[in-house]
Amino acid sequence: MSRKRDKREVIVETRNLAMHFGGVRAVDQVDFTLYDKELRCLIGPNGAGKSTFFKCLTGQLSPTAGEVIIRGQDTTRAETHEIASLGVGIKTQVPNLFDGLSVDENIWMSARRWHNAKRARSLTSETIERMNLGDIRREIVGQLAHGQRQWVELGMVVAAEPWLVLLDEPAAGMTHEETARTADLIKEINTQAALIVVEHDMQFIRMISQQVTVFHEGQILMEDTMEAISNDKRAREVYLGNRA
Amino acid sequence: MNGNDTLRAMKPVFVFALIGVVFMFAAPYVLQLFTIINLTTAIALAVLALSLALVWGYGGILCFGQVAFFGLGAYAYTIAAINFGGSTWAILVAVMVASAFAAILGYFVFFGRVSDVYLGVITLTVTLIFFSLIRRTSGPDYKIGNALIGGFNGVTSPPLNLPWDTSSFLFPEHVFYVAMAALILCYVFCGWLVNTRFGRVCAGIRENELRSELLGYDSRLYKLGIFTISAGIAAIGGVLFCNGVGRITPDVFNLYNAALTIIWVIVGGRGTLIGPIAATFGLFYLTSALGGQSVLNNNLVLGVILIFFVLLVPKGVAPTITDWFTKRRKPARNSRRRRKQGRST
Repeated sequence: MSRKRDKREVIVETRNLAMHFGGVRAVDQVDFTLYDKELRCLIGPNGAGKSTFFKCLTGQLSPTAGEVIIRGQDTTRAETHEIASLGVGIKTQVPNLFDGLSVDENIWMSARRWHNAKRARSLTSETIERMNLGDIRREIVGQLAHGQRQWVELGMVVAAEPWLVLLDEPAAGMTHEETARTADLIKEINTQAALIVVEHDMQFIRMISQQVTVFHEGQILMEDTMEAISNDKRAREVYLGNRA
Repeated sequence: MNGNDTLRAMKPVFVFALIGVVFMFAAPYVLQLFTIINLTTAIALAVLALSLALVWGYGGILCFGQVAFFGLGAYAYTIAAINFGGSTWAILVAVMVASAFAAILGYFVFFGRVSDVYLGVITLTVTLIFFSLIRRTSGPDYKIGNALIGGFNGVTSPPLNLPWDTSSFLFPEHVFYVAMAALILCYVFCGWLVNTRFGRVCAGIRENELRSELLGYDSRLYKLGIFTISAGIAAIGGVLFCNGVGRITPDVFNLYNAALTIIWVIVGGRGTLIGPIAATFGLFYLTSALGGQSVLNNNLVLGVILIFFVLLVPKGVAPTITDWFTKRRKPARNSRRRRKQGRST
């Protein structure tokens, strides 16, 4: 870690984090640090422990050992809603939406958590405009195409005005154009919030990446820029070698 | 949603409530007293159906034992009214007892993260425990204050009286007014509740509990809230029921009644409030009519109706009618818009 980055506030920290399922060590001894306003990508091959790590951060799984600290608060055993209430916006791997409700109501649910009725209304309209969802705002979310559903979920994350955003595969199943727009959106969010993005799509990571963390067999293999990782022999062996 | 939006969304609720008010004042002039007394029982059951429509249709909580709160309300009212010598506070006691019991049961169930079918099993089991328990309370030893619980024979419920005069009891036709007014008020209350922030968050939790938590809503609290409120409404139904029938017996807790409540909501349609109310009246009328003949078994007919709806009208009556109307109205609205555009250019 460079000295310059150490001066920034640490907002996510895990110490010796481990998540074991029976004998499987899905996540093992992970020490991870995220600084304020940072944009960090997590990559790694299937089964490397990225998503399990993500679920430990968001309270969907309760870690076997170790600690998770978000802005000075120990959230290791916290419920998901308690973590979200700190001001953390979360998008899961499989889109989690209110399928029976309209796009408008989905976004409203997010805005209304933090604001009074009037502000929630205007924030919902602003978000819908910002996300280009105006044409489908009255549609029932369960009937939308996959890419649109991803955008509605991103809209819900944005509408909560979080200071920390956790995204699990935000570009999965999107077209090239949609992926590019998502990358722009993530950069825009990054001006106000820190992000952790779990991703598979290397093209996408190149579009947004600053610092990248590589997971391998439940542990952190290395942390560096995308160029450095692309040139690293070990990283290529475990991940890039059979892809790029 | 601000006040104006809520009022707009509640428009159909007010329309149905108005129909209810008209019916309430017209019925005693048109119908015979026997029918009015019968209707009072149907209204009590409609309140029960409404409470399940709220907790299941809007809260997504399949409570198989909604009759437990209904029966508990009826017993609490009866026992309290006997002890107090008046009905006014007894009504409050009934609602409090049922809600408090629901809050305690709900705390363990929701905070223990019990969900789906297990919740149905637990609530049904609790109902059947009440059934067995109260059946065994025959004899003079089982009494609360001055009130004997009466085992499988049940207890005679004191009739409602005027709040300011405990000696002036209401006649059956007056009880009808009270019941109808209670149903309309409960209906408007539920219609309002589902359009508030609380109600809409509950609907969100029904759609996707994880997403609600990811947005920072504590789903356990909301579920507990709607569960407790619906138990209170069921208790109001129970109070009306034991007034309409004149007594309360442990049979209210049996499997038949627990299943019947579910059938009303399935036939009427989940996600609506008026549907289950209408279905209760319809099926009540049907079972009364079938009671007068001996060719067809009552339960057989109900079973056929349930299978028919589950297979062919899975959404229930009210949502199917609404869909049908919106489908018919939509093309008309589009053509009107097109015409308007044509005129302006």
